[in-house]
Amino acid sequence: MGEILKIDNISVSYGSIRALTDISMSIDEGAVVSLIGANGAGKSTLLKAIVGQEPLKSGSITFAGETICQTKHHHGGLTTDLIARRGIALVPEGRHVFADMTVEENLDMGAFMVRDQALINKRKEEMYDFFPILGARKKQKTRSLSGGEQQMMAIARALMSAPRLLLLDEPGLGLAPLVVQDIFNKIKIINEENKVTVFLVEQNARLALRSSSYGYVLENGKIVLEDKGEALLLNEKVQKAYLGA
Amino acid sequence: MLNFFQLILIYAGIYAIMAIGQNCITGYTGMLSLCHAGFFCIGSYATAIICKTFGLSFWFSLPVAAIVSGFVGLLIGIPTLRLKGDYLCIATLGLGEIIRNVATNLNPVGYNSIPRATLFGYQFASRNKLAFIFLIWAFVLIFYILFQQLAHSRLGRAMIAVREDEVAAQSNGINVTKYKISSFVLGAAVGGIAGCLQTAYTLTVQPGSYTFMVSVMVLCTVVLGGMGNAKAVILGAVIIQFISYLPQLTGLTNVIPAQAKQIIYGLLLVVMMLCRPQGILGRDKYRYGDPRTRKEKLHDFFVHPRKAKGGKV
Ligand SMILES: Nc1ncnc2c1ncn2[C@@H]1O[C@H](COP(=O)(O)OP(=O)(O)O)[C@@H](O)[C@H]1O
Ligand SMILES: [Mg+2]
Repeated sequence: MGEILKIDNISVSYGSIRALTDISMSIDEGAVVSLIGANGAGKSTLLKAIVGQEPLKSGSITFAGETICQTKHHHGGLTTDLIARRGIALVPEGRHVFADMTVEENLDMGAFMVRDQALINKRKEEMYDFFPILGARKKQKTRSLSGGEQQMMAIARALMSAPRLLLLDEPGLGLAPLVVQDIFNKIKIINEENKVTVFLVEQNARLALRSSSYGYVLENGKIVLEDKGEALLLNEKVQKAYLGA
Repeated sequence: MLNFFQLILIYAGIYAIMAIGQNCITGYTGMLSLCHAGFFCIGSYATAIICKTFGLSFWFSLPVAAIVSGFVGLLIGIPTLRLKGDYLCIATLGLGEIIRNVATNLNPVGYNSIPRATLFGYQFASRNKLAFIFLIWAFVLIFYILFQQLAHSRLGRAMIAVREDEVAAQSNGINVTKYKISSFVLGAAVGGIAGCLQTAYTLTVQPGSYTFMVSVMVLCTVVLGGMGNAKAVILGAVIIQFISYLPQLTGLTNVIPAQAKQIIYGLLLVVMMLCRPQGILGRDKYRYGDPRTRKEKLHDFFVHPRKAKGGKV
């Protein structure tokens, strides 16, 4: 299958502080690709750059053949909402659920771009089937859900727009190992059955690399390693730095 | 005395309309704007100029007031709405004052003896307060219904999403800038209509009556009633107007200085923030398919007031 996302030599800065330097990546359609890195490596910054929340200092990002992000000199690229409309859904770090809305209202918001009410209802039912806990809690305020349930809801909300590419920023952060495992299983199913390309950012390297066909390692804003998922798991440097071996 | 209650009802109605506009901006979309006096001013001036200078009908001035003030809202909104919280508040405060200064320079003495509004041959004379109560509260009702509908609409949902979480809203394909500006322009237009109605009642326009205290009062009204709740802000307007006429009502004008009402507003705000930050009626949050029955809602309201705020019971 062809390439769906191409990151071409991008750099991102916060004021005078460089967060990402000359990053290039390629994600194939239908794949699960992960990016691992320590706290502060620049993982979230990369995802924000892809969805147009952080401007590029250099380089460009292409999605399905269309340039979505560019430097200011080249018109700056699309805004976040337009990038979402192209089919990229981000589940941001910290989830950003609408805490005072119910689960159902959150899913409705996720389908904001969908105009067909019947389709929205169908997708909601699919989500309740796929995440039964959300079905049981649909009239409950999201605030009252547990961390794991909120994470599932954030993923379900992102899927309501039927994206082609799902970006996940540390979906396992702060959750119990069993819950994390559950979420990763779901991600795998989403990828295999719904044919959604997944780009996964994680500190939990073992779990992330196991479920990915390809992986990148980010250190201080630079890609220092990239390889097939299994290969990275066996890589000595990765084992030392990220797998605690 | 009856006369006095009628007067309060008229102003409560005018401020209710203002508050509905402010509620669109602050309650639904979550933007802390402080220039409603400016839009009020624009509406009043537009009406004065159209009715007096051009000798045209009040009914013509009504949409014009809304359009002009909405347009100025657009001009103010485009550069300022990128700002957040207190920065937006200060920027809009400054712009509201600029509007007042422009109006003052336009005509420092204001306008007097503006022609009366007529409807089917009936002349709205200031001394016939009952007619104004009907006229103004008819508009309150119209805007109440319109904004209640808005809250359930796609536009309203987008505005509420922006208020709740801008990052999440954007990620769901909502153009945050577009909805912020739409909300601001709508709120501004409604503020203009309030100005137009006030002019129809007083038949004079004085630049001195659009100070930033008016903006503060409108914001107080929204906070007091309950942000994001159209019904609540109308209640807020009635309460605030009663308070502001308290010295006259009690016949204690000699004892209570006029400034006392500002102290009362301030105290009221502090007390509200401490005891019931969601306002008297609370936020109108259960909008899309509230599963609770009326009885449960009443129960929640009296027994678990915090629940209405979304807090833990
Ligand atoms: N809004 C911001 N302003 C300034 N610096 C930031 C901002 N966000 C992140 N950074 C800095 O950029 C670097 C990368 O951050 P981030 O992308 O959040 O890392 P990660 O997600 O890998 O933990 C860090 O050094 C962080 O302090
Ligand atoms: Mg991060």
